[in-house]
Amino acid sequence: MIRVSNLTKRYGNNVAVDGISFGIRKGEIVGFLGPNGAGKTTTMRILTSFLAPDEGTVVVAGFDVFKEPLEIRKRIGYLPENAPLYLDMGVLDYLNFIAEIRDIPAGERWMRIKKIADLCGLNNVLKRDIYELSKGYRQRLCLAQALIHNPDILILDEPTAGLDPNQIIEIRELIKEIGREKTVILSSHILSEVSATCGRVLIINEGKIVASGTPEELSNTATRKEKIYINLKGQKESIETKLQSMSGIASFRIIEENGGELLKYVIESDGDTNLSEALFHMAVDNKWVLTELRKERASLEDIFLQLTIGER
Amino acid sequence: MQNIIAIFKREFKGYFNSTIAYIFITFFLALTGWLFFRSFFIVNQAEMRGFFAILPWIFLFFVPAITMRLWAEEKKLGTLEILMTLPVKDHEVILGKFLASYTFLAVTILLSLPLPITILYLGGPDKGPIIGGYIGALLMGGAFLAIGLFVSSLTENQIIAFIIAVAISFGLLIIGEQFVLFSLPDWLVPICSYLGLGSHFSGIGRGVIDSRDIIYYLSVILFFIFLNTRTLEGRRW
Repeated sequence: MIRVSNLTKRYGNNVAVDGISFGIRKGEIVGFLGPNGAGKTTTMRILTSFLAPDEGTVVVAGFDVFKEPLEIRKRIGYLPENAPLYLDMGVLDYLNFIAEIRDIPAGERWMRIKKIADLCGLNNVLKRDIYELSKGYRQRLCLAQALIHNPDILILDEPTAGLDPNQIIEIRELIKEIGREKTVILSSHILSEVSATCGRVLIINEGKIVASGTPEELSNTATRKEKIYINLKGQKESIETKLQSMSGIASFRIIEENGGELLKYVIESDGDTNLSEALFHMAVDNKWVLTELRKERASLEDIFLQLTIGER
Repeated sequence: MQNIIAIFKREFKGYFNSTIAYIFITFFLALTGWLFFRSFFIVNQAEMRGFFAILPWIFLFFVPAITMRLWAEEKKLGTLEILMTLPVKDHEVILGKFLASYTFLAVTILLSLPLPITILYLGGPDKGPIIGGYIGALLMGGAFLAIGLFVSSLTENQIIAFIIAVAISFGLLIIGEQFVLFSLPDWLVPICSYLGLGSHFSGIGRGVIDSRDIIYYLSVILFFIFLNTRTLEGRRW
């Protein structure tokens, strides 16, 4: 559906997008993840033909963005960052204007607008002026604008930025719903957002793709080390000598000993071995009471930090 | 064509959605009416020459006020990003905006028609200069509009768009004025006199509609619309 190869975009001496390549299949929901200023918005603006690339080719739905931008624009719905809208227009007026330019025949326009207003939850505000709308409604109206012509591809730049938690959940559900039939690209700098909605994630930093895969793949591959939190009742010295002699432990550290018997440790594994079982047996063999054994996998947050900060 | 109409309608309604349009029209009519009637009964002549003589100077400030928001506001709000990713060609958007502002200006000018009607009622004026003056006003207004629209595409600040448009229009207006022409070397005089925005207007205002004047105004309009397509294209780089 979308094929990007070797795409580069510069602003003066500043390279915003640095030779990135990726492909997106029909029906995928793909998330662009990266810190602010990583090049997500620029990439999206090129995909929508708002900006022209300096180098590389971008083919969307079989059309080259540079040669046939109008064909691409017909097939794309675009929600820019911050949901820009004409504040002096009425909601209905605005949707009518977009429908008119989107070549929806006059007879069908009202039906389309009603359907899209239902989908995006805009029925209550259709008669209002846009400047009166809250941020959440503006976001939905802008999404409605992007959906009105039933596009194959939807490009959403930070669709949940600035919304409250309830609205974020609503918009996410909406995106998932839409994503069943359409190809969706969304960007975010919030990780939970991307892992909640996207089938695949591209992590972008300083104009380059630094990692890609499903959220699960990313959290599995980025670091194999496990962190285990364990709470034991027992003698400190004997526990620590045991831990030292166990294989598969890279390091351990006591995090709490409040005078009594209960000791809390955090243990890092050195890779493949399944430590939690061994730890359980160790506790049973020595008759130490085990009150907590908790495994923490590297979260997307850790991977994100590793990839975007660690490399500098 | 459908796209031009859609954009035209949105922009034209945009003037009336806010109170700007009403303030604008009222102020224009009050100002021109007052300037006209101030001397009308003193001079005691049934003609509108005085009215048309000051019109370029009123346009100088009024027209940039009409055009300043056309692009600058889209840039400021970010709506340009939606507009220019809709399936429209650049020139369709420009023409839609230009025609909307043109229609608005035309409505404003035509609302001053009670002035010539009053004169017709009070005396027997020569109709040629009045009709010519209105045609000339529409042509000259179009040129001012094209300049203002182009300038608006250069910035996202409406005030800056207004000031630069006034400055450019002012420059084009005074190079055709007598007191500037006197101080110029001889070989420059015909060129500057031809380029002056006002000199062609006074020709038409005498009731003489010369094709050269019409061609002049149309070329100015086309030239600045062309520049506008370049600036719009330039955003992509």
